[in-house]
Amino acid sequence: MLYSLCFLLFMIGLYCAVVKKNMVKIVLGILVMEYAVNLFLIMLGYRAGGVAPIVSKEDIVEAGGTLSSMFVAKSVDPLPQALVLTAIVISLGSLALMISICIRTYEKYETFDITEIRSLKG
Amino acid sequence: MAILYILMLFILIAAFIAVETKFLLSSVICIGAIGFGASIMFLFLRAPDIAITQIVVEVLGLIILIRATISRDLTFISGDREFFGVVVSLVIVFVIFLAGIHVFDDSLPEFGSPVFAETEGAASQTYIKDGMKKTGAANLVASVILDFRAYDTLGEATVLFTSIIGATVVLRRKSKKLLEEIDK
Amino acid sequence: MKGMTVIVKTIASWVKVLIFLFGIYIIITGHLTPGGGFAGGVIIASSYVLLMLAFGREFVEENLPLGAASRLDCVGALMFAAIAVLGITTGGVFFTNFLYQKYLPGKALELVSAGSIPLSNIAIGLKVGASLFLIILVLSIFCQDYRCKGNVCEIPGGKEKENN
Repeated sequence: MLYSLCFLLFMIGLYCAVVKKNMVKIVLGILVMEYAVNLFLIMLGYRAGGVAPIVSKEDIVEAGGTLSSMFVAKSVDPLPQALVLTAIVISLGSLALMISICIRTYEKYETFDITEIRSLKG
Repeated sequence: MAILYILMLFILIAAFIAVETKFLLSSVICIGAIGFGASIMFLFLRAPDIAITQIVVEVLGLIILIRATISRDLTFISGDREFFGVVVSLVIVFVIFLAGIHVFDDSLPEFGSPVFAETEGAASQTYIKDGMKKTGAANLVASVILDFRAYDTLGEATVLFTSIIGATVVLRRKSKKLLEEIDK
Repeated sequence: MKGMTVIVKTIASWVKVLIFLFGIYIIITGHLTPGGGFAGGVIIASSYVLLMLAFGREFVEENLPLGAASRLDCVGALMFAAIAVLGITTGGVFFTNFLYQKYLPGKALELVSAGSIPLSNIAIGLKVGASLFLIILVLSIFCQDYRCKGNVCEIPGGKEKENN
């Protein structure tokens, strides 16, 4: 059921990016889609009753670095977390680029409305 | 597990308000609420690295968005596109959502059992078992992004670099003296 | 962007140092506790953004230079690439953790361990922090409320300024 709610969040963002006329609202729709995808990836790696993937002193069995089997059986998946970590920072970079394009367009045409900009034709 | 449903409901209500309201400043504040709810959800899903990164990136993103919207005096534009287009989009979105329920709830493995970490010989199983022995790092996520998959981190650094250069170039103005020298 | 009152300016100049120190802590112990290069870099950038918001645009234009931020950004990226190439020169593939496997294993759960992972964390933290500080600086300096018609821009409500 939680996966479907995540997908509903993604659909709300898609609806906003397709239907709205205000340029900043389109950018907000893309941002909501990015949040939904990050949430979904972390939910995929969750283990019920699990622990975070950080090793503490009690989990090391011998000096070579072997981990106890209880930790291996209970920890959550670290791979989706590594992918989402870079995705969050990239979404900030792309947000900065989209907002700078919006600001320049507002200075030239004095409106955020994309139907009016299309009818002005340069 | 009930707390996850409550937080997800909070995020959905905030997203709905952000999409439908007429005022741009309210939309931006609701986006802040979505990010905050997502960060708390990451804590309950046992991902502390991601929670720290999400809340700090959220704050900087809000500063960028408010900088763009608060000093422009045209803060609301009335109406959407014409009525027929809105109805067709809503119908298509609803149909895709119904198809998605069938895929996401019936075909994916159940919530709470990660498939990669339980299959023998898969990548995640190796990262958990041998991660500390092969890299020496206690934080398994750091060992994944900086030793096992460091190439992805190089790609991320490149994308961030490029987008910042692009934003700087878009926002700059050419000086009039430079334009005159080019004309000569 | 004007500055704020005297109370905010005093508190901001004290709190900025604490936020900066916290960001450095999260970067350096990135291989032992949650955190790492990305979160620490963003925290360092936000300490400078606090300074920018509290003191206004004229202070920022004089004291926080654009050139230094962009050079630090390039230094961070080059350091990360240098760590990757050093993996080839000491025998191995691109991005080998050469310090852990050959020279300095260290003990587990201590500050000096995990080879070249702390060095990569510092490089990434420097790069991400300088990039994000640069973009917010550019948004606040270059983006006064102009209205442009052709090549002549003016601020509504007053003075006319050339396209600079």
